Amino acid sequence: MAHELRRKTPEECMLEVQAEEAALARKGHLKIFLGYASGVGKSYRMLDEARRRRERGQDVVVGAIQPQVPHEVEALLRKLEVIPLKNVAGGTAIDVDAVIRRHPAVCFVDGLAYNNPPGLRNPTRWQDVQELLAAGIKVIASINVQYVAELKDRIEAITGKRITETVPTSFIKSADEIEVVDAPPIEPTEWSLEEEAETLRRKERIAKLRELALLVAADVVDHQLNEYLECHGIRQHFGTYERILVCVTPRANIQEMLEEAQAVAEGFHGEVIVAYVKQPEISSENQSALDARLAVASAAGARIEILEGEDPAHALLDFARSRGITQLFVGHSQRGGLARLRASPLDKLIWEGHGMDVRVFPQ
Amino acid sequence: MNMPETQRGKLKIFMGYAAGVGKTYKMLEEAQQLKAAGVDVVVGYFEPHGRRETIAKTEGLEIIPRQKVEYRGSVFEEMDTSAILARHPRTCLVDEFPHTNVPGSERSKRWEDVELLLAAGTDVLTTMNIQHLESLNDQVWQISGIRVRETIPDWVVQQADEVVMVDLTPRALLHRLQRGVVYERQKANSALKNFFRESTLVALREMALRQAAHEVEHRMMTDERQFVPAGTAPASPRKHHRILVLVSPNPKSAMLIRRAKRVSDFIGAECFAVAVEPSGDLSGLPQPERESLEQHLNFARNLHIETRVLEGDDVASTVVDFGRRNQVTQIYLTRPAARTWLPGLSRDPAQRIVGMAKDMQIVIVSDRERVNE
Repeated sequence: MAHELRRKTPEECMLEVQAEEAALARKGHLKIFLGYASGVGKSYRMLDEARRRRERGQDVVVGAIQPQVPHEVEALLRKLEVIPLKNVAGGTAIDVDAVIRRHPAVCFVDGLAYNNPPGLRNPTRWQDVQELLAAGIKVIASINVQYVAELKDRIEAITGKRITETVPTSFIKSADEIEVVDAPPIEPTEWSLEEEAETLRRKERIAKLRELALLVAADVVDHQLNEYLECHGIRQHFGTYERILVCVTPRANIQEMLEEAQAVAEGFHGEVIVAYVKQPEISSENQSALDARLAVASAAGARIEILEGEDPAHALLDFARSRGITQLFVGHSQRGGLARLRASPLDKLIWEGHGMDVRVFPQ
Repeated sequence: MNMPETQRGKLKIFMGYAAGVGKTYKMLEEAQQLKAAGVDVVVGYFEPHGRRETIAKTEGLEIIPRQKVEYRGSVFEEMDTSAILARHPRTCLVDEFPHTNVPGSERSKRWEDVELLLAAGTDVLTTMNIQHLESLNDQVWQISGIRVRETIPDWVVQQADEVVMVDLTPRALLHRLQRGVVYERQKANSALKNFFRESTLVALREMALRQAAHEVEHRMMTDERQFVPAGTAPASPRKHHRILVLVSPNPKSAMLIRRAKRVSDFIGAECFAVAVEPSGDLSGLPQPERESLEQHLNFARNLHIETRVLEGDDVASTVVDFGRRNQVTQIYLTRPAARTWLPGLSRDPAQRIVGMAKDMQIVIVSDRERVNE
C-alpha cells in the first residue's frame, strides 16, 4: 500500500516467477552494482573491483562492456581480459557460449538491462546472465535503477521517457549482494538565469532517481537481513523497516487509522498491514460494523490478515512479533465505570506490547 | 547578482555504516577532483588509521597541522579550527564529524567546529557513520549491544546540503577486515565480535540506506518549497500533526524523546516536550530527580524540541488539558511502570492518560530490548 503498485501484465508475472525459480536453482553468485543515472561511475567502480580481484589472482573476465566508455574506464579495460560481445543482425549480445567455454571464476557484465537482438536463445541480457550463473560462474553486473521493472511507471513519470528495456525486480532482489553507487555529480556553483530553471528540474529528477535507488537497495538489504535472522534462528526483529499493523474492531475509526498509517508508511517508506481477530460469538450488528470497516480497508488496497486466538490481545501481539511490526494501531477502549476494574484487551496490548509502539485512536 | 558578504559554506556528508566502507577514501577522491578543477581545498582533519590506500589519496593535498591540547598530563591532537579559519580555504575536509573534542578544547564537538567553518563561508566535506545519529541511538544499541556516546543531533545532519551514501557490501567489508585493511589484526578480531557481526552490519546498512533516501527526499521537499514554479498548483496540504512528549525524571525519557523526534521528522510533524510540576518549575523536586529532569529537558532542546514545565498537581489531567488546548494530535508516553490489577484505579500517569483522553491519539513507546543471540 505504501508503494503505488501497478497491476502487472501476465507476461511480467511470468517473468517474475521464472526469475524467482531460476534464483533458487542457480549455482553462481550474483552481485549487482546499482546506480541512479548514467555517468555516476558504476562502470568504473565495478571494473575497478575486477582489477583488484585480478591483482589478487582471481580468474576474471569482462563479458559485456558499454558501447561507449570514458577514458578512465578504458584504462581499466586495458588491464582486463574482455570477451567481446558478439555481433548479430540487429545488434550485439553477450557471447554466452564463449564465456561458458572459457569458464572464468567471475564474469563482469556492464549494463544488465539490454534486450538482445531477435533470434537469439534469450531475448534479454539478464537471461543470459542467468545461464552464466546456472553454469556456476559468479557474475558481477551493473544496472541503472531506471531499468528496474517494478519502477517503470514511476521512472517514466520522472524522466518523461519511455522505457523499453527492464529487468524483473525479483531478479534484482535475488542478488546475493547489492551495492549502491551514490555519487551526486559535483555541480557548478553558479548558473546563468536561463540555465537555472533547467538545472533545478534536472536536480530534482536526479534526486528522485537517487531516492529510488537507495530504497531499492534498502529493500534488498531488508530481505537479506530477514533471511539471515531466520537462518540463524534469531527471533528478534530490528525495526529497520517500519511496519504498521492496524487492528480493526467493530467500532474502530478505520478511516482515520488508515490515513494515519499511510502517512507514517509514506514518510518512512514502510508498509501497512490490517488485521482483525475473529470473534466466535459476535452479534450480527457488530459483524456488519466489522464488515463495513474491512470493506473500507480493502477498498484502500490494504492487505487484511484474519487472526484467531482465545485472547485477542495475545493473538495480535503474536502476529505482530512474527512480522516485525514496529507500530500497532488500535482503538481506545470503550469500557467505563466498573468494567474498568478488569484489564481490557487494550491494557494488555499496552503492558505487553514490548518491541513496538502502541498508538491508541479515538473511536 | 547581489551577494551577501559571506555566503554560508556548503556541507556535504559522506555517510557509511561502519569503519572501513571507504568514506574517507571517497571524500579524498572528491578533494582530488576539486583540486584538479582548480578549487582551493585543504585537509582540516584526517584520520589515517594506517590505511595505505587512503593515505596515498592525500598526496598533493595541503594539510593543516593539528593543534595540541593538554588534558590531565597527556597531549591530544585536535583539529586546529583557528588555523583553518585564518587560512580561509574554499573547501575543507574534516574527517569524523561526530568526534568529541578532548576537554579543554574551545568547543566540545567537532560538528560545532564545522559550524564555524561553514559560517565563515568555507565548504566542508565530512564523514560519519549512521550509528552516530542521535535519533537512532536506542535502535543501534538494540542491534549491536553498543551504546554509542558520540552522537550528532539529527538537525545538524538535516542542515547538510548533501548526504551521500558510501556503500559496500558487508561481505566485502568483512573480507577487508580479515585482510587487515581496516584495522590491525588484534583490533580486527575484537571488532568482529561487536559492530562487525554480520547481522549488525546488514541492519546498520539498511538503516543507512533508508536514512540517505530520507535525506534526499527531505532536501527535495525543501527545494520545492523554495522554488515553486509559476503556474503549478501547490501540493494538497497534509493534515498537520503536533506531537506532545511527556518528559519526567524517568531515564526512559531520553528514548521517548528520540523516538518522538524521529517520527515527527519523518511525517513532518511539530514536536514539543513538557514536564508537569506542582510549582510550574523544578524547584520542588529532590535534587537527583531535578537533575535527571533538567538533563532530559536539555536533551530535548539540543534536538531542537521546544520544552515547557507545566504547572499542575495532577500530571495526567494537566497534560491532557494542555494537549486539548494546544491542538495536540498525539501524546507520546513511556509504557506504564507496572501491570496493575485494577487498571481503572491505577495511579500511573500513562495509564490514566489513556483512560482519560479517549478523544486523542496516545502513543505508548516501546523500550528497545536486546535478545542475546
